[in-house]
Amino acid sequence: MDKSGRSALREIWGNLLAAPGRVYKTAFRSGRPTTDRTRSSFVFGNLFLHLHSVRTHIWSLKWSTTMGLGLISTAAFLITLVTGILLMFYYKPYPDVAYQSMKDIHFVVPTGRFIRNIHRWAANVMVVAVILHMARTFFTASYRKPREFNWLIGWGLLVTTLALSFTGYLLPWDQLAYWAITIGANIAQSPREITDALGITAYFDVGGLQRVILLGSDEVGAEALIRFYLLHVMILPLVLVSLMAVHFWRIRKDGGIARPENVDELIGDKERTSYPVFTDQPEKTYHLAAIVKGKTPAVGNGPENSLPSMPHLFYAELGVLMFTTLICLALALISDAPLKEIANPLVPENPAKAPWYFLGLQEIVSFSAFTGGIGIPALVWLGLGLIPFLDREKEGTGKWLGGPGGWSLFAWSLLVGFGASIGIEAFAIYFGWLREWFPDVPQLAITFINPGTVLTAIYAAYSIYIVRRYDSTRAGAVGLFTCFLCGFIVLTVVGTYFRGPNWEFYWTPSDWPGH
Amino acid sequence: MTTKPGKQASRFDPEPMPRRDFLGLAALGSAAAAVIFSLFGMLRLPKAAVLTSPSKKFTVTLPDSLGPEEAYVPEGRSVAVYRDAEGVFAISTICTHLGCVVNPNSEGFECPCHGSRFKSDGTVTKGPAPKALLWLKVSADGTQVQIDENEEVPAGTKV
Repeated sequence: MDKSGRSALREIWGNLLAAPGRVYKTAFRSGRPTTDRTRSSFVFGNLFLHLHSVRTHIWSLKWSTTMGLGLISTAAFLITLVTGILLMFYYKPYPDVAYQSMKDIHFVVPTGRFIRNIHRWAANVMVVAVILHMARTFFTASYRKPREFNWLIGWGLLVTTLALSFTGYLLPWDQLAYWAITIGANIAQSPREITDALGITAYFDVGGLQRVILLGSDEVGAEALIRFYLLHVMILPLVLVSLMAVHFWRIRKDGGIARPENVDELIGDKERTSYPVFTDQPEKTYHLAAIVKGKTPAVGNGPENSLPSMPHLFYAELGVLMFTTLICLALALISDAPLKEIANPLVPENPAKAPWYFLGLQEIVSFSAFTGGIGIPALVWLGLGLIPFLDREKEGTGKWLGGPGGWSLFAWSLLVGFGASIGIEAFAIYFGWLREWFPDVPQLAITFINPGTVLTAIYAAYSIYIVRRYDSTRAGAVGLFTCFLCGFIVLTVVGTYFRGPNWEFYWTPSDWPGH
Repeated sequence: MTTKPGKQASRFDPEPMPRRDFLGLAALGSAAAAVIFSLFGMLRLPKAAVLTSPSKKFTVTLPDSLGPEEAYVPEGRSVAVYRDAEGVFAISTICTHLGCVVNPNSEGFECPCHGSRFKSDGTVTKGPAPKALLWLKVSADGTQVQIDENEEVPAGTKV
């Protein structure tokens, strides 16, 4: 009895020593990812990685296929998530107090300013990456069957990203924030431009309703701040995360990254021989859950031209994550996030500028609030959503500018896109617009005839010409998308760098009149 | 399934609509109705019955030195008050375009945000403002002037 008691104690001691190793083994059941088998279980045995497939197509791993843009967006979002939670330790969403807490974050809290800088830069990187990611998906025609729905999810993610960024803009409660939100809220009210002209505002006031719901009051105050805060830290992140989950899941379900039909020819044999895996290609793979109708991804197909996701895909992803972090840290070190004077409802910031990605729209808003703030954005947004359902062609899927027209069409579209937008801007800046020529012109005329709508009409006409010339919807879509991208760039640059006090044109900020 | 006259419907004949389908549809319908009604209920919440905006009615004493064509902007208000031979009137200095505060100058008003210009009676001469600046309700009592920023009056109303 005495003896066995001692051996039990020894066993406990032994178990205690072995515990750390056993914790590791129960957490990570497969061994080191050195064989095909352990590499596979490395992926599907891990909750966070199992959204990936076990093997990844070589085409998807090529840098030029995706440029990692989707992952950069995700990485930037994760960075804003972490830094945003840290900022919430100190930020207080109440007017004036909010500004003081921003000052605390800037000057008192250890690393506070740095964390805020990272948050701001990551948010900007995210907006840029999301726009470029959309452009990549468009120019490689990856939105086509069976990926139409995922394009729509991305379409929602774009709007959510912009909304997240814009709601964050109010929170510092400085002059920049206050006047940008005042303008934003009045843009929400701008359908009144139409209802006023028709004389029906008293019965049907969508604009007024939108503004009140956004602000919770008649003016930008405590109610508005708490609403924007709630949207920024709770509602929109939840929406974004949900959409992201569907977006990623659909990539798998839609068969991975889009690739050209003749992808095997394009890759050739050399890479297949350098990784001797699955040399005995299985005749069949079976759906594990149940026998179901329809195709399972790999039935009757060996996993040709694919590489184990561990390490090939994951190391690449890790690289992109680190690259994004590096960019955000570097920018945060170089440039401080602005914090102007405390919000003053009596003295507008001059010029009062929205976040940079809305300055192109602000250019058009400086002619008509409704057209620039609601009309054209809604039109562009609907057009983007329709792309995969209008372009049902097959040619060129998965290739940069595949399909009719190709790179020469792209070059011509760049020329038209930049030419028309620069031309119309120069014209309006030099000669003015309707109201300068005919002071009594009704606003409704300007709502429908302004540089924004004229530019849209030119682009639309060009796109129709391209559809006829190449006899292809895809060609027309390439023309239109490229043109709008050019217009966005030109208007944004003009709004950002060439507009000074009173929204007048100045070549450089040093020409601005002093106050 | 309709039964022919004179022939007894058999309980083995398929029903026109299987009972389970009917019950399933009814359950689905009531669930949808519940969701829709509760959504409507929740949608009422974001628009408060009483808004928290501060009072926009205030009283000022105009300085005796105030000449015609000269704007008097009471401190902390977005209103320009004028006095001429016909009486006192007040024009809101909130731009009808996107709500920036316009600055009175010798010719009228000028908006810093998108460059709208207005004549001294508030009508638009330049820029994106869709309509004239609002004239506000004024009640004068000697040198005391009461102004309500929430109440609009037709342009040209002087007291």
